[in-house]
Amino acid sequence: MAQPRRNWGKWITSGPPLVYLLVFFAVPTLIMVLASFRTPGEFGGLAPLRNEDGSLDLTLESYVRFATEPLYWQIFLKSFWYAIATTLACLVLAYPLAMLIARSDRRYRDLLLLLVILPFWSNFLIRVYAWMIILGPNAAFARVVNGVLGAFGIEPVSLLFSAFAVLVCLVYVHLPFMVLPLYANLEKHDSTLLDAAQDLGANAWQRFWRITFPLSLPGVYAGAALVFIPAFGIFAIPDILGGPNDSLIGNVIKQQFLETRDWPFGSVLSIVLTVLALLIAGFAAWVGKRGVARLAAGDA
Amino acid sequence: MALLEIIDVSRRFGDFTAVDHVSLAIEAGEFFTLLGPSGCGKTTLLRMIAGFDLPDGGRIVLDGKDLADTPPEARPVRTVFQSYALFPHMTVQGNIAFPLKMAGTPAAEAAKKIGEALADVRLEGFNHRFPHELSGGQRQRVAIARALVTHPTVLLLDEPLAALDAKLREQMQIELIDMQKEAGITFIYVTHDQTEALALSHRIAVMNRGRVEQLDEPDRLYGFPKTRFVADFIGTCNLLVGPVTAREAGSVTVEVPDLGAVSVATTSASGAAEGAIAVRPEKVRLGAPGASLAGENRFGGVVESFLYQGDVTLYNVRADRGHLVEALLANSGAGLAKFFEVGDRVEMAFAANAGHYIEG
Repeated sequence: MAQPRRNWGKWITSGPPLVYLLVFFAVPTLIMVLASFRTPGEFGGLAPLRNEDGSLDLTLESYVRFATEPLYWQIFLKSFWYAIATTLACLVLAYPLAMLIARSDRRYRDLLLLLVILPFWSNFLIRVYAWMIILGPNAAFARVVNGVLGAFGIEPVSLLFSAFAVLVCLVYVHLPFMVLPLYANLEKHDSTLLDAAQDLGANAWQRFWRITFPLSLPGVYAGAALVFIPAFGIFAIPDILGGPNDSLIGNVIKQQFLETRDWPFGSVLSIVLTVLALLIAGFAAWVGKRGVARLAAGDA
Repeated sequence: MALLEIIDVSRRFGDFTAVDHVSLAIEAGEFFTLLGPSGCGKTTLLRMIAGFDLPDGGRIVLDGKDLADTPPEARPVRTVFQSYALFPHMTVQGNIAFPLKMAGTPAAEAAKKIGEALADVRLEGFNHRFPHELSGGQRQRVAIARALVTHPTVLLLDEPLAALDAKLREQMQIELIDMQKEAGITFIYVTHDQTEALALSHRIAVMNRGRVEQLDEPDRLYGFPKTRFVADFIGTCNLLVGPVTAREAGSVTVEVPDLGAVSVATTSASGAAEGAIAVRPEKVRLGAPGASLAGENRFGGVVESFLYQGDVTLYNVRADRGHLVEALLANSGAGLAKFFEVGDRVEMAFAANAGHYIEG
C-alpha cells in the first residue's frame, strides 16, 4: 500500500507547477497558434471562427503575407544582430566581473553578488527611464562626448533615441543574467588545476584559454541563452530609448496587437520569434559541443 | 655539488612559522622524502620548490641557479598533485600533450613522446579516455606520465598515493621505484606515511614544526633515531624516559620510574642528566615465567591486551611497576595460533644493544 501513497506525494509536489505551466503557458501558446490561422476582425481582434455558412474560417493568409514581405525578415535580422551584440558585450563585461567575484575572498563574495543583483530592487521600466536622463542632451555624459567630438570639428550628436542608447540599455539590463551563471560555474573550479597548468609550463593567458575558459563553457552557454532570448524579443527599451529606425521585432509584434490590431499576423510573428530563438539556441549548443570535443582531444 | 640546494629557507604565515630555517642538499638521481605529520611544513617546502610559494628568507638553488626570480612555469620542476589535478575536459592524450604544447614541441616529436610516456606507465590504448573514465590508479599513472613527458630535472610528488586503497598503494610503490630508476630523475616525495617513506626513499628528512629533525637513510632513521619525536613518529616504539644514573665507556643506565634501571650500549658522550631509551617492540622478547631469555634488561609483567594481526601479535604488557611495554612477536609457535592470552604472567627482556639511547 506504500506505493500509491508515494505517488500521491509526487503529484502533490509536482502537480501545482505543472498545472500553472499548463494554464499560463501551454494554453496561451495554443491559443496563439490557433489565432495565427484566423482572420482579423473588422474592428480589431479576430473575426468569428465560423463563417455565415457554418464552415470554419481558417486561413494561411498571415503566413503567406509574412513569407512574401521581406520587411519583416529584415526586422528579424536586425533584432538578431542587436541580440547578438548585446550577448557578446554582456559576455565580455561579465566574464572578468564573475571571475573577480569567484576568486575574491569568501567573506566579500556575497556582498559583491548582492551588488550585481541590486538593480533588480527597482522596477525595470524605471531603470530604462533613468537612462533617458543619463543620456539626455543636457546630462554631463552627452556634454563630455559632444565636447570631445567638437574638439575634432565633428557636429554634436544626440545620444538619446539612437541605436547606441538601445544597445547600452540592453547590455545594462541583461548584464546580471550573464554574471550569475558565469559566477556559479567559475566558483566551482578547482584551483589545483591552474597550479597544475602553471607547473606544466602554461603562462597566465594559456591557463585562462586552455583551462578556465573551456571549463566555464556551460556557464557561458547558460548566460548567453538567458541574455539572447529576452534581448531578441524586447520591445520596451527600443520604445523608450530608440529612434524611429530602432524598432525591433518585439515592437512590431506589439504594434500588431495594440495599434494595427491584426492579431493573426502578430501571432505569426510571435511564433516565428519563438521558433527562431529555439533554433538559434540549439545551434549554438551544438557548435559548442563540437568545440569542447575538439579541445578534449587536445588539438584545438 | 648537490642538484637542489635548500639554504636556510623560512616561510611564515602571520604568527605561524611553517618552515623554519631549513637547509637540505638533494643529489641528482635521488629518491628523497620529506616525512612528517600534517602541518609540519613539508607541503609548504614542496610548494616553494615548485614556485607556488616564495620563501621569506633563504635561497633555493637548482643546478647552481637561484630560483627566486623564476616563476613556476619556467622551472624545470614538475609536480604530481595529491588530487592528480588531471584536466577533466581533456583526454588522457590531451593531458599528456599539454606540457609538450606549452613547450612548443613539434607535433611529430610530441606524438612520439606521448606514445613513449603512455608505454612507460602501461596505459597504451587509453589515449582517448577521459579522466572520469579511469580508475584511481590509472589517473595516478596519467598524472605521472604528464609530469615526466618533458623530462624535468626534479619531480615533486605530494602524497600521490594517499587516495589509493592499500593493495594498489603497495603496487604503485613498486612502480614508483622502477620509474624513478629508469627515468633517473630526482624525486622529492612528500608523505605523512612512514612505511611508504621507508619503503621508497634513498634518504628521508623527518620534519616537525617547520624544522628537519633528522636526515638519514631509512634503516638508520628507524634503528637510530636522534630525537624522541623521530623515534615515536617512525614506527611504534617504547620510549623509556628517566634520569641517567650511571655512565660508563660505551654504555649508559637510565632509571625509568615505573619500570626499573635500563642499561644500553651507546657511543653518545654528552653528560645530559636525563635521557630516553627507544626500544622497538620487535626487539622485546617475551617468555613464560622462568624461561631463560637472552638480554641484559629483564622485567616481569602481565599481558594486558593484544592486537592479533595474523603473522604477528602485538602484546601490551603491564610491567610490575606500572609501565606499559609493547612487544611484537611472530606467531611462529608450531601448532599455536599465538603464544599468550590476556592475564598471562610473562617475562620480558631485551639486550643492551637492542635499545637506542636518545639524549635529553
